[in-house]
Amino acid sequence: MIKGSISSVETMGLVDGPGIRYVVFLQGCKLRCLFCHNPETWKREDKLLMTPDELIGKVLKYKNYYGEEGGLTFSGGEPLLQPEFLLECLRLAKTCNLHTALDTAGVGFGDYEEILKYTDLVILDIKAIDEEGFKNMTGSTMKEFHHFLEVCIKMQKKLWLRQVIVPGINDTEDYILKLKQYIKQIPNVEKIELLPYHELGKEKYHDLKIPYPLENTKAMDPTRLQELQALLENNE
Amino acid sequence: MKEKRKDWDNLVGEITPDVIQLREEVSEQYRALEEMKQMALSYGFDISKPATNAKEAIQWLYFGYLAAIKENNGAAMSLGRTSTFLDIYIERDLEEGTLTEEEAQELIDQFIIKLRLARHLRTPDYNELFAGDPTWVTEALGGMTLDGHSLVTKTSFRYLHTLTNLGSAPEPNMTVLWSKDLPENFKKYCAMMSIKTDALQYESDDLMRPIYGDDYAIACCVSAMTVGKQMQFFGARCNLAKALLYAINGGYDEMTKEKVVDGMEPITDEILDYDKVKKAYDIMLEKVAKTYVDAMNIIHYMHDKYAYERGQMALHDTKVGRLMAFGAAGLSVAVDSLSAIKYAKVKPIRDENGIAIDFEIEGDYPKYGNDDDRVDQMAVDLVTRFSNELKKHPLYRNAIHTLSILTITSNVVYGKKTGATPDGRGAGVPFAPGANPMHGRDENGALASLNSVAKIPYKDICQDGISNTFSIVPDALGHTEEERIENLSHLLDGYFIQGAHHLNVNVFNRETLIDAMDHPEKYPTLTIRISGYAVHFNRLSREQQLEVISRTFHERV
Repeated sequence: MIKGSISSVETMGLVDGPGIRYVVFLQGCKLRCLFCHNPETWKREDKLLMTPDELIGKVLKYKNYYGEEGGLTFSGGEPLLQPEFLLECLRLAKTCNLHTALDTAGVGFGDYEEILKYTDLVILDIKAIDEEGFKNMTGSTMKEFHHFLEVCIKMQKKLWLRQVIVPGINDTEDYILKLKQYIKQIPNVEKIELLPYHELGKEKYHDLKIPYPLENTKAMDPTRLQELQALLENNE
Repeated sequence: MKEKRKDWDNLVGEITPDVIQLREEVSEQYRALEEMKQMALSYGFDISKPATNAKEAIQWLYFGYLAAIKENNGAAMSLGRTSTFLDIYIERDLEEGTLTEEEAQELIDQFIIKLRLARHLRTPDYNELFAGDPTWVTEALGGMTLDGHSLVTKTSFRYLHTLTNLGSAPEPNMTVLWSKDLPENFKKYCAMMSIKTDALQYESDDLMRPIYGDDYAIACCVSAMTVGKQMQFFGARCNLAKALLYAINGGYDEMTKEKVVDGMEPITDEILDYDKVKKAYDIMLEKVAKTYVDAMNIIHYMHDKYAYERGQMALHDTKVGRLMAFGAAGLSVAVDSLSAIKYAKVKPIRDENGIAIDFEIEGDYPKYGNDDDRVDQMAVDLVTRFSNELKKHPLYRNAIHTLSILTITSNVVYGKKTGATPDGRGAGVPFAPGANPMHGRDENGALASLNSVAKIPYKDICQDGISNTFSIVPDALGHTEEERIENLSHLLDGYFIQGAHHLNVNVFNRETLIDAMDHPEKYPTLTIRISGYAVHFNRLSREQQLEVISRTFHERV
């Protein structure tokens, strides 16, 4: 049976989807986002190996906590980079009546229709809204992201959008207004969250001996972030 | 007083020592009630008549509490389950138009201020064990009736609301009796107050109600007792980690190097053998249990003889049920040590007397707090065995044996007096509080940690309580206030459905505590839950503050 490579799990994830969730961080990511705080998940290597049965067995140990809202979230890394394992896990989760969420940047290896059939909620990272910004932020093109988003739209998937706000890169009102325009074109968006850039990942880069791309950038000021969030949600 | 007189009159027949003792006690109780009446009269109130309105009901209750703390010698004095009881008086006054909601809240606020003012003068040793001047004015809030109705009243909310009106504080020790069937809004209100004040603890009503009925309250920190019908003898706790070292060292104390337990041989193997250690440990626990029971029987015999608490007992039934609550500390250290010996290679480093003073551990081993049955089952077996050992010995006044896994702040001092342990914990390092996994060893997130603790059996084994203290940073609990409240409420539901008994909830950042340690003046009312009670952070010793800061904070975001 196929085994997934898991970077780590969090039995009590409270910020990656609704309610209390078991969050599985899958190993491997093609993007190199400037603000990434999980560089240990980049490499596509074997970490903790588990079959879908084993994983769902563990998830079910916490079923009492999930309530009506909570459930299982796949995050990463980029969960779409282990499509077969992911699909099998999601399918199993649905047979156990678990709410499933996918926390992704939408940059995987395809097979999105099948995967999304068993996904209740997509938490989609907006890295940037144009090709140039995306390239600067992640080092990759937007092509795959567009493809994934199209499938989400076609299948009318419920979406939560997330955008990390990094001082000096996208913390301007101008950008937020453009982001707002961009999001308007996407249907079924239930929530838009601006997340503050923080420096908690810095130490990991040093430990892994990877140069830290935002060495001189300070953590995002929470008050300023709130102002930008208000601007984004302002309906006038 | 009439009832007590009647009880005394009925104590006839064979005049055995038991009957003589009880007759003397009841006549003492009668005198205590008279003194209570006189005390209240000196303030201008006649408490021999029933309270006629909410204000009087609260005053009468306060006089009862006052009489009890005036008499007791500085130990815990819990309140009961008074909010639900007082509610009918307030409801009646509101209905008659003699009281407004604002005035009702003010009555409760005033009462709570009185409770917060109490302070006992204590010896330094006492403070080492129970830091921060706790008085354990434990009030039980909420819960359900046996036929499935909620016991949450408006006054339950009024009590909790004092934390907003008067600011956060450790007393009274607000204890929510949690049931999955409690009204959703009450659950959310409690969760909100926990997030705001860190002053609440939670205990499973669904676990305790079938044992104690629906008129029980929490005494001391976490102990359930039927109101007015049961009392508790309590004292000290057994250091399970040190007992393991005694087993390895043949009864010699690893710190003082003195022989403290006879009839044991030290284990001299180069690498510790699990079966051998386990066998020696079982014998050691048997010996420790006997000593512990003997000590408790002597203490409480003498206490009744020389310091009988007649006022408090006057407020109980004459034929009161007695529980004798034993305690254990160092559970996670003992269990992880056993697991290390079983699953890794543990090599003792012995001093010139052959006493193991340190341990080298080669390889990894499953650790308590990760929802791993290989080690969690060891914890279940250990508390069950210890409880069974205690039960082999009869108790003073036919008390019933109960056991708590609760340390209060003594995890620091017990740790200080315990040498290095086979789990890799250094000599003198504090234990984890209560039934908590050892700091930093719960690596699979909070729910795994909670599930491990939830496995410790309550009914008939640790029926005096299994304390778990849970700290989480606000950002990890959710992005918005609404999400945080919702998540905490679900967390409590899940934990208690899992069969757990108790949870202290703290929501704060480690940085806040570090700052408060250096600048206490900035945080005059910073309240945190420790084990079984809440405390002003500033009243802890530096050692205890550091221990709190070193605990696991669930902070993944």
